[in-house]
Amino acid sequence: MSAFARVPWAVIVWLVLVTVPWWGSRFTTFLATEIVILALFALSLNLLLGTTGLVSFGHAAYFGIGAYVCAILMKSHSVPFPIAFATAGLGSGAVAALFGFFCVRSTRIYFAMLTLAFAQIVWAVCFKWNAVTGGEQGLSNVPYPELGWMDVLPLLEGLRVADRYFLVVLVLAGACAIALRRIAASPFGRVLTAIRENPERAEFVGLDVRRYQLAAFTLAGSFAGFAGALFGLFNRGVFPDFAYWSKSAEVLIMAILGGIGAFWGPAVGAAALVLLNHQITSLTRYWPMVLGIVLIVLLFVFPGGIAGALGSLRSRWRRAP
Amino acid sequence: MIEARDLHRAFGGVAAIDGVSLAVARHEIVAIIGPNGAGKSTLFNLLTGHLKPDSGRVLLGGRDVTGVAPHKLCALGLGRSFQRTNIFPKLTVFENVQAALIAQRGHGRNLWARAENVFRDEAMALLADVNLVDKAALVGATLSYGNQKQLELALALAGQPAVLLLDEPTAGMSAVETRASLALLGRIAAQRGLTLLFTEHDMEVVFAIAHRIGVLHQGRLIALGSPEAIRADAQVRQVYLGQAMA
Amino acid sequence: MLEPSFLLGQVLSGLTAAMFLFVVASGLSLVFGVLRVLNFAHGSFYMVGAYLAWQTTQWVGAATGSFWLAVLVAACGVALLGGLIERLLLRHLYGKEDLYQLLLTYALVLILGDGARMLWGTQQLAVSRPPELAGSFHWFGATVPHYNLFIIVLGPLIAAGCWALLHRTGAGRMIRAAALDREMLAALGADVGRLYTLMFMAGSFLAGLGGALVTPVRSIVPGMDVEIIVEAFIVVVIGGLGSFWGTFVGALIFGQVLAFGILVLPGFSIFAVFALMALVLVVRPAGLFARPLS
Repeated sequence: MSAFARVPWAVIVWLVLVTVPWWGSRFTTFLATEIVILALFALSLNLLLGTTGLVSFGHAAYFGIGAYVCAILMKSHSVPFPIAFATAGLGSGAVAALFGFFCVRSTRIYFAMLTLAFAQIVWAVCFKWNAVTGGEQGLSNVPYPELGWMDVLPLLEGLRVADRYFLVVLVLAGACAIALRRIAASPFGRVLTAIRENPERAEFVGLDVRRYQLAAFTLAGSFAGFAGALFGLFNRGVFPDFAYWSKSAEVLIMAILGGIGAFWGPAVGAAALVLLNHQITSLTRYWPMVLGIVLIVLLFVFPGGIAGALGSLRSRWRRAP
Repeated sequence: MIEARDLHRAFGGVAAIDGVSLAVARHEIVAIIGPNGAGKSTLFNLLTGHLKPDSGRVLLGGRDVTGVAPHKLCALGLGRSFQRTNIFPKLTVFENVQAALIAQRGHGRNLWARAENVFRDEAMALLADVNLVDKAALVGATLSYGNQKQLELALALAGQPAVLLLDEPTAGMSAVETRASLALLGRIAAQRGLTLLFTEHDMEVVFAIAHRIGVLHQGRLIALGSPEAIRADAQVRQVYLGQAMA
Repeated sequence: MLEPSFLLGQVLSGLTAAMFLFVVASGLSLVFGVLRVLNFAHGSFYMVGAYLAWQTTQWVGAATGSFWLAVLVAACGVALLGGLIERLLLRHLYGKEDLYQLLLTYALVLILGDGARMLWGTQQLAVSRPPELAGSFHWFGATVPHYNLFIIVLGPLIAAGCWALLHRTGAGRMIRAAALDREMLAALGADVGRLYTLMFMAGSFLAGLGGALVTPVRSIVPGMDVEIIVEAFIVVVIGGLGSFWGTFVGALIFGQVLAFGILVLPGFSIFAVFALMALVLVVRPAGLFARPLS
């Protein structure tokens, strides 16, 4: 491993982020929270995309389910946050397992379109089931988790609720990211990459390809659900468009932009896209068009994303005298 | 050890395999030869679970395994290599073999351990067996064709199979590579007590190491016997008209 | 509830929906069959067709034949758009993995969707039926609009026309050859590049046509692009990708299940279709009429 790669960049970034509430503005905290949550979302997709080689056009469905489950439990049933959070992940994982069962029976293009089709169902349910999801209006006034206990800890007493929530997000998202990293680096992850590289061969070294793909799909869905739960609370509201296909497009482009070959690539892509979003929306409301153009540029110019571009830049530097 | 009983398989009305019966005994090395289109690949696909026969049975070690999925057959002791090299292109040679070992040992369910050093010793041993130790860190896709075939063999051996099916193991190789590959195969088969069934075009390979030879023509086995018997068989001569056989 | 008038109404409504879907899905299937590209933006073409038709009626006003002119302009306009996209963008990705092409079409959905929003806003638009087909029949107590009948008849006509083109003309033979083995065809000297462009334009034409024809029946809204592509995809899953008659039958099944799904789950009849798709996937993953793709 090169010197660059040996530095624990992720840890450093995380530590820097921890300090944000003390030096950043309200907006900085807001932005940082959004980036961290969406980074987790993108990392969850990459378990499917980068590691297993499965392109999902409907990943936002699980994000949406997680958001709704957590918000509904906390708002309407006063369930404490830890339980609601865990249930959100379990719920989205369960739905992912169900849909995944059908999706992994097909490959490549079929698979992608199927994930989209199932995701549209989720969106339709969220949109129409007024009684439970609030229908088109969604759920507003979603409460923050109970964070009063933070008064007990030194340094944390003076912080606003949003800052405290940011720290909670940082810890939970960080834990999820670490889990994802462990999974990707485990024998299970090695199996997934083999399946990505050559599914036929993988079958012939004794792997039940479909079962592993389903497992990856379920895990990815669960972690997306965790991200969704965090986002719903951050947003103080959960809406059907959390599960809409354009959200799926966004997270897919985040992953590709950051680079699906490197583990933290999608997180970088998430940060880049969020920052770009905030810049662009002050200029124009046509964000999807910008997304589309970004994707086309990526396809034709930088297929490896930011991480890929950085990688080839570094190797070019090394080759130069 | 591995047996095909009266297999039939047709594609769209055309019989690709038309009543093939073949029994390979333990430790035997059997070659299947035949002109292109004779059905060699189809036969293999039937034996390895990629295709279900229209009728007939496949037995492995006496057990009926007709229609069993390929990954399960692997666990039952069947290994296979493919005609066009079928490795994991973007993984390194070491990672290729490691993945195969992880799969075979059922270790794929482990989500927590670090995979870097799992089965390192076994992987290196396998690579030593196929003479690829010095190339362990190279990415699969960058290997030469011959080296990829060696890797292919290592992957097939990772499951400690009792029966190895090789689809044209020396296809596309030069004479030198072929001889080396043959020697390797012969050594490994003897070392591990493998039962070997392979298809080939190259007659020299076939006559050098096969105990018995089967000749496939238009989906049927027109001859099956020792190399001498096959050499003398009139029907086989006719099928191979024009090919040097002496 | 199960009176003949209701049943007839449902069956016919199912047939109408099926024929719209068929026109769109056949374009999708055609492009996939020859170019091996699943054009996700096919639904966007449909939407652009609808908007173009509306725009034309705005320009031309209520002159006689304005509807048919609008349909023609829309379908040709979309075909042109498709040709441009194929030439300028898609062409460069043929050598790469098919995922790149899929992602390109995905990007196009985003761009075209917002483009439409830019040009025509977000409110619902509608086009009135052509005066020639504005009335309706009254059969067995059910009201059957003339326009719907027209669509029901048009569907099989288009199907027959495409089939005749593919199986009875020299051009059709080339197309079918390209679907089976493009390298061979190129080796034989055929201008495969031009063939691809033409086929893509033909598929886009069908999408635009479908979009234009649907305007009197359904309102034009943002989001109709993704809605139709998902539906067209389900049709193709049920019928089998690349199989022309499969697409036809798939569309028919879809239409009827949708129409009668209302009896089981009002407001959620789309779930019935999804359940059907899931069933087909489990039983015959390649679709009911699929030909094995190499």
